[in-house]
Amino acid sequence: MAFPETRRSVVLAVKSGDAQERARALDAVAAAYWRPVYRHLRGRWRAREEEAEDLAQGFFATALEKGWLSRYEPARGRFRSYLLACLEAYVANERRAGRRLKRGGGVTTVPLESEGPDGEPWELPIADATDIEAEFQREWARGLMALAVAALRKRCTGTSRAVAFALFERYDLQDHEPAERPRYQDLAGEFDLPVTQVTNHLYWARRELRQSVLETLREITASEQEFRAEARALFGAEPS
Amino acid sequence: MSEPSDRALDRLRRVAQWPDLTGTRYELQSEVARGGMGVVYLARDRELERDVALKVIAVEAADADTAERLRREARTIARLEHPGIVPVHDVGTLPDGRVFYAMKLVTGKRLDELVKAGLPLRERLRLLLRIGEPVAFAHAHGVIHRDLKPENVMVGPFGEVLVMDWGVAKHRGDGNPASGSRSPTAEGATAHGTIVGTPAYMAPEQARGDVEQVDARSDVYALGAILYFMLTGRAPGSVPASPDAPTRTWAGPLAPGASRIQPPREADKDLPRALEAICMKALAPEPALRYPGVSELSDDVARYLEGERVLAHPEGLAERALRFASRYRTPILLVLAYVVMRVVLLLVARV
Repeated sequence: MAFPETRRSVVLAVKSGDAQERARALDAVAAAYWRPVYRHLRGRWRAREEEAEDLAQGFFATALEKGWLSRYEPARGRFRSYLLACLEAYVANERRAGRRLKRGGGVTTVPLESEGPDGEPWELPIADATDIEAEFQREWARGLMALAVAALRKRCTGTSRAVAFALFERYDLQDHEPAERPRYQDLAGEFDLPVTQVTNHLYWARRELRQSVLETLREITASEQEFRAEARALFGAEPS
Repeated sequence: MSEPSDRALDRLRRVAQWPDLTGTRYELQSEVARGGMGVVYLARDRELERDVALKVIAVEAADADTAERLRREARTIARLEHPGIVPVHDVGTLPDGRVFYAMKLVTGKRLDELVKAGLPLRERLRLLLRIGEPVAFAHAHGVIHRDLKPENVMVGPFGEVLVMDWGVAKHRGDGNPASGSRSPTAEGATAHGTIVGTPAYMAPEQARGDVEQVDARSDVYALGAILYFMLTGRAPGSVPASPDAPTRTWAGPLAPGASRIQPPREADKDLPRALEAICMKALAPEPALRYPGVSELSDDVARYLEGERVLAHPEGLAERALRFASRYRTPILLVLAYVVMRVVLLLVARV
């Protein structure tokens, strides 16, 4: 099986001395992490849509401005965990600052309020760090898959591979109860193809999806070791 | 669809790993099991119109060692034609580079599940005898399993017992694994210091990576560990022996540094001493103190089942009498009844 060629890690590129390269790298990190960051803000921090968008935007901008991401050291852990730690600290600070402003004056006080300006709870449900990390990892996986599916759709649209994507969408992508999943024979009838063609198209689409995910993973990890660990976290097995 | 749902996400994570069966006679249906080396899938053989199990290397072909190990496993199983060993139908390389082999689809329950479900003791012991048969057969063909454990034994719906997962099996050149040969064939060669197997069921010499010392008696140890699991519901060593545990086992002194396994009767006093003795003899840290082969272990278990004296356990007089009484309970009761009846008749006649 062909594996994605080694691409330049954007995680390492954020340390570049060239400001333009740094900004481009951050854009790439933001593209890969936008969804998990946004979903994390919505889920864990209970941010409303607009606030979550603002916070996500603000987070990436501040990370660039303050050079947070360039301080990441691969030897100390996964980039994903580091980014999550930065995000948690950033949002906690933003929320504290919001409360101080509401009290009228940037005076540092012990936060006592339990509701935000919109009446929604500010304080977070008690969750241990493992839960938060697992939840973020799930959103990260969802984001990577969504990107890969979008890339696959784009690649197939208007080409002879359109049928492969349509089959993939029907068989693997739609949210079926296991018992309701169509059989290969059903799809063969529906698409007027032999069963072998159905399975061949499905294998092709799955392979492309995996390839696409691995390419993105390669970009957003800093080392071979981290790449393999993240692939294992995503698929349950290491790539070669 | 913008983002996959939780269920779709889980499916995508699985199917992205599914092997590419394009151009083969197999049609993939679902994932059945996942192990360290490979993933087992349920697949349909279109040519023969039957379901088969496909074991496919979990990591793509770049890991040549793992690929070779899977091929070797297929060859080993193919060589061992025995009703207790799953037959291999086919071996090859998929279009995505992954090595696979197709084997008979086994349905049934794993031994650990059966034991936990409360299978009666005598049934468990009979299963142990059935497990020993293919293992002894393999030994006679120069193959040591090296990873025997309850999870690697399947019991089919008609009571058929199948020993699975021969992925780390070792081949001996002379076909007599306990003969002391020191010439493993190149096919089964494992570098000295390499540890293969599952720690809780692994013989000490195997755990040390002492490849030259590993022979049929290492499988005897693993069968003893399975017996231990059958008796206690736990793997040996999962509960450390008490600090004042003896430094000797039934079979002799413990090797320095050897783990002291809690004897089964420490956990359950009702367990028969003879079975504990068989178990601990098979689990002796020194290979020389174990049963010399699987047949000898099985014979001792069979003796226990028949109510005969087992070789591993020197009986006292009272214990012998009890066993005798238990074994010949019916004739003894008949004789007693006869004697009582004669006495009663005698007394009646005098009156």
